[in-house]
Amino acid sequence: MSRISDRFKQLEERGRVALIPFVTAGDPGPAVTVPLMHTMVEAGADIIELGVPFSDPMADGPVIQRASERALEQGVCLRDVLGMVRKFRERDEATPVVLMGYLNPIEVMGYEAFALAAAEAGVDGVLTVDLPPEEADDLLSSLRPRNIDPIFLMAPTTTDERMQHICDTASGFVYYVSVKGITGAGHLAVGDVAAKTAQIRKHTRLPVGVGFGIKDANTAQAVAQVADAVIVGSVLVQRIEELRETPDEIAPAIAMILSSMRQAIDLI
Amino acid sequence: MPSEQPIDFTHMPDARGHFGPYGGLFVSETLMEPLQELRDAYEKYLQDADFLAELDADLANYVGRPSPVYFAERLSRENGGARIYLKREDLNHTGAHKVNNTIGQALLAKRMGKRRIIAETGAGQHGVATATVAARLGLECVVYMGEVDIARQEANVYRMKLLGARVESVSSGSKTLKDALNEAMRDWVTHIDNTFYIIGTVAGPHPYPAMVRDFQAVIGREARVQMQQQTGALPDALVACVGGGSNAIGLFHPFLNDASVAMYGVEAAGDGLDSGRHAAPLCAGTPGVLHGNRTYLMEDPNGQIIETHSISAGLDYPGVGPEHAWLKDVGRVGYVAATDDEALAAFHTLTRVEGIIPALESSHAVAYALKLAREMDEQQTILVNLSGRGDKDMHTVAARDGLKI
Repeated sequence: MSRISDRFKQLEERGRVALIPFVTAGDPGPAVTVPLMHTMVEAGADIIELGVPFSDPMADGPVIQRASERALEQGVCLRDVLGMVRKFRERDEATPVVLMGYLNPIEVMGYEAFALAAAEAGVDGVLTVDLPPEEADDLLSSLRPRNIDPIFLMAPTTTDERMQHICDTASGFVYYVSVKGITGAGHLAVGDVAAKTAQIRKHTRLPVGVGFGIKDANTAQAVAQVADAVIVGSVLVQRIEELRETPDEIAPAIAMILSSMRQAIDLI
Repeated sequence: MPSEQPIDFTHMPDARGHFGPYGGLFVSETLMEPLQELRDAYEKYLQDADFLAELDADLANYVGRPSPVYFAERLSRENGGARIYLKREDLNHTGAHKVNNTIGQALLAKRMGKRRIIAETGAGQHGVATATVAARLGLECVVYMGEVDIARQEANVYRMKLLGARVESVSSGSKTLKDALNEAMRDWVTHIDNTFYIIGTVAGPHPYPAMVRDFQAVIGREARVQMQQQTGALPDALVACVGGGSNAIGLFHPFLNDASVAMYGVEAAGDGLDSGRHAAPLCAGTPGVLHGNRTYLMEDPNGQIIETHSISAGLDYPGVGPEHAWLKDVGRVGYVAATDDEALAAFHTLTRVEGIIPALESSHAVAYALKLAREMDEQQTILVNLSGRGDKDMHTVAARDGLKI
């Protein structure tokens, strides 16, 4: 059992929907990230998604693009992100951490070297946005022996046939992208999300997370009614950007947003 | 030991878009189904007589094909060595080979019922070629272009606007071609229902590298016949510049199984391969994954894409088509590089000796061909793809001479 599966099992027993915040590692500076991760856990995060900065984030909207650029300006690379996870683990052995990013930094490090270093640092899941299951065999054969879950996306355009293939390949949880678009884009339609998550559940018993387009406590609550996990990113990263000149204010501000979402989710 | 089977170069890529370890489909999930639709449509219309007839008619009557093969007699004599022939893609409508592909993809968009066209552009040539066909077919057209490129290619920006396209300035990342491609991908993922993305080169996710190659292969098919008519034989060597590599693959592909024909792809060495300021991923890069495919890239040891430099905006790209990556590894094509200075010298030579002003991109190919010819004898022939005309580069060349025009 991976740390992610354990966590979902505990949540199910408590009847609680997971809250998964996303922040870009090293934004606005490398010193901010690890304390922020602990703060997010205290504010109600069940799993943390940590963005790995990349020079060409094709699937991201302007908010997360700029976060990536800020981190890269500080020289934050994949090895530094693994170092942050290792440091986080010194105080938190329980909260799963998923790395989210693009394939190339992993490709260049080498799949085996990456899988070893990630496992050693305490990484629990890896979501590579531009790596569909069709191209993932080699990376998977490095991740699986280390008990690292490959997390895959599903989209409004995903057919039933592909859903089955993705569900068969994924472990930990599956991630439904609720809008046709990039991160931070538009508003999701809750009715459509409900229909899709129901469709996904026909293919798998894995927990279903929903992300892209969750902007506030109300949407978080609505999504929590049809999902096992609510994933929230751009709204947090936007707040981090606003406070980049006063980094001490970041953790309390993010805690405030997450607490309000946590409360709203727990009301259902 | 079993004898090695000769490679059939014309049967690539495989069903999932792989050229050996390169190519493939590295995109976010939202694009997987639209790319499948595109592949289905492309495979269907490639066999469709009406589609092919319309494409051929447009290439003949709108683009002006076939483009001539011209024996550069005076250039060959003054340079010495092999006889140099030029495939005159610069004489196409809009002034470069780019239109061969945009015509094909726009006809496909029309067949698929997509009313909105998007494209990325660096120097603006592909943007102009896309805006041109969109105007002709009455399609909405949005072209993404880096802020830096918009500033250095004002004339092409204005041309696109005259043609009715909206030019979207891209201010993320390095603000050049690669970022324009990122932004076009983001647009596509947001508007997939009504939008067709016309990629301008043989890169991107499957089926783009194969599809763009097939539309550009008209260059090599014509040249094969023309060279045999004019010289009684196939050329001994082919030379073409390589940015993303669409004009090169278009020329090379119909010759790949002709073992007697040597091929050279010329990358942009910028200030020199040792300077670090260049755009030569095949000569000096390493494999990685960017923009939907695995290929050679200009990247740092952490897998971040690095900025490129070339005097020619059309070669200023950190990746290259995956088929070129494979042809390099199997040794079928030699990849070399020409510096900014070598390209400029060739630009001036061809202009003065033959009265043909080449694009700075194509000048890289001319530069290497002149060098190669001197190592060959005068019975041998070299065919250079003169992929575009140099009108768009007047201000760049003038600026090098300290003039402002």
